Amino acid sequence: MRRPATPSTFEAMRTGKGLGPLYPGEEPASERLAATSLSRDQQWQLYRYMRLNRGAEDRLSNLYRRGQLVGGAYSSRGQEATSVGSAYALEPQDILGPLIRNLGAQLVRGVEPRQTFALHMGKAVGANRAKDNLPPSDLSKNIIGPIAMLGALIPVVGGAVLAARMKGERRVGMTYIGDGGTSTGDFHEAMNLAAVLELPLVVIAEHNGYAYSTPTAQQMKVKDIALKAVGYGIAGETVDGNDVLAVYEACRRAVTRARNGGGPTLIEAKTFRMKGHAEHDDAGYVPAEVRAHWEARDPIARFERHLRERAFATDGDFEALGREIDGEIEAAVQFAMEAPLPAAEEAAEGVFEPLPGGARP
Amino acid sequence: MSETTNQPVTYLEAIRQGLWREMEEDSTVFLLGEDIAAFGGAFKVTAGMLDRFGPERVINTPIAESAMLGCALGAALWGMRPVVEMQFIDFLACGFDQLVNNAATQRYRAGTAVPMVVRGPAGGGVRGSAFHSQNPEGFYHRAPGLKVVAPATAEDAYGLIRAAVRDPNPVLYLEHKYLYRRIKGVLPTSGGLVPIGQGRVARPGRDLSVVTWGAMVHTALDAAGRLAAEEGIEAEVLDLRTIKPMDDELIFASAKKTGRVLVVSEEPRTGSVAGEVAARVAEEVFSWLDAPVARLTCLDSPVPFSPPLEDFYLPNVDKLCAKALQLCRY
Repeated sequence: MRRPATPSTFEAMRTGKGLGPLYPGEEPASERLAATSLSRDQQWQLYRYMRLNRGAEDRLSNLYRRGQLVGGAYSSRGQEATSVGSAYALEPQDILGPLIRNLGAQLVRGVEPRQTFALHMGKAVGANRAKDNLPPSDLSKNIIGPIAMLGALIPVVGGAVLAARMKGERRVGMTYIGDGGTSTGDFHEAMNLAAVLELPLVVIAEHNGYAYSTPTAQQMKVKDIALKAVGYGIAGETVDGNDVLAVYEACRRAVTRARNGGGPTLIEAKTFRMKGHAEHDDAGYVPAEVRAHWEARDPIARFERHLRERAFATDGDFEALGREIDGEIEAAVQFAMEAPLPAAEEAAEGVFEPLPGGARP
Repeated sequence: MSETTNQPVTYLEAIRQGLWREMEEDSTVFLLGEDIAAFGGAFKVTAGMLDRFGPERVINTPIAESAMLGCALGAALWGMRPVVEMQFIDFLACGFDQLVNNAATQRYRAGTAVPMVVRGPAGGGVRGSAFHSQNPEGFYHRAPGLKVVAPATAEDAYGLIRAAVRDPNPVLYLEHKYLYRRIKGVLPTSGGLVPIGQGRVARPGRDLSVVTWGAMVHTALDAAGRLAAEEGIEAEVLDLRTIKPMDDELIFASAKKTGRVLVVSEEPRTGSVAGEVAARVAEEVFSWLDAPVARLTCLDSPVPFSPPLEDFYLPNVDKLCAKALQLCRY
């Protein structure tokens, strides 16, 4: 699957031949996962994050259906390998800019599920006291929170790593975009700016086939989003987004390149959103054969087979992990249910940062 | 040259010296913009800064207002104080989302400070036509989390750019390009910061209050001179300096004293800041008024190009005097 995006790939860009396994009948993804330098323990850690990601989101779906959430819920079911494998390639000092469908990346960075559940219930926890439905920026974890307008987060994470570089810090930034999001002006402006300023930035394009209901064919004329890197003069790579080890290895290469002054990379992870855009959307626009094609490549089941084949984990390990994760999630839900709602008057507070010394803003 | 002396300098030079001073005093201050480095900016506000502060702190960007503003937001979150130049303030519309939806709401959404400044030339009277002449304060003053300042004098241009750079919130700093090289002032050798949120009485008077900002302060002062000489009317001219947060106390105190309020603004009438001033006066000091609050604004049209058209579009001394007489005779 790996293919550096260079001008020589123009033929592939034009014809779409030899491209990823996004649809049945195209080149199938290999069942075998990519070779990795990760240890057995690290692989188990990745697996645990993926299970926690899915477990938490399935529980959110369940709570949504029971009317126990405020607002919408956006599941990344099917994309866990991309979220988890990418963020796992960062060092603690690196800066992560997740989108709403990147709970897995947040978990890797130490966000606790109870914060997620409390936020979805509008509870007054965390720095923003539920003033916004998106996970807030948490600078203590080097996280810059999502922005709903797609593409808009890319220059923001770029600015953070620019600032870090000016301060002599060797931080790499990582942020996300979807296939539809690469159509925005902000994506273009930000990729070009990052290229020109040679920012240490890794942008993960999660190519899941649909932007809400719009298939990729109605979004762009290239089949590999990584080819867009050619236009910015930066490194680009397409990776099997349902292979957590492949995602990790590609991201690790990009992070290392960025840290060593090699500038930004656009990584395309071909994957599939197994649920709708949000819980209200049954994704009836996805053909049954496409869904079946991807369900057979479920990233968690596939990774589980890999771990079993190598005898990295036993039935007992998987069962114990399942119980542990269920317990963690139920404790998180309980915490969120019991957490207080914000006081109504808080709506009027915190618009401006007070001046030092307490002068009025 | 960076040091202030007792020689008068232009409004433009005052902005440049204020920025320069902040760059000298705080190494986290840096500049982003189009053509701002070796070229020194389209109007030369950043002239000489590349040589003094280097390419790390004076950064030429591609033509990408949205990315530039998003980049500033990220840098501000990471402890820097970016100052972004819009080559013309009209182009800020290309980055509206990053400033209004993202940067301005960041503090409320996540509790994090965003010390960033967006500055650039606004205003008409220079035959710049629809894309290079707008006063955009009406679009931005209602954005929660954003401060808006609009200096009218060289002294305030200097003091407000310094205060804007030091503020821990996003500040939109509107430079009136008509004033760039037409007015001068002597800058203080020390201090001289102008607090954001404080207007000033540009000319005291007893008969009516003229509330304005930016280039219209000079139009109002000229009109006040004529009203005094020809009609014996003493107009008090208020220069708001900051549009948001607005200095309500200054406006209300003047309105209570004179009983008549004329708001003058170089904006289209509908949705203007002038409307906001009028509403506040009507709500808070109605019982002190001897006449309805009046507004003198531009037309509800794009800024026109040809001289007779633009002159007809803009407020001027004649229009202001006529409006003031109308108010005083109510």
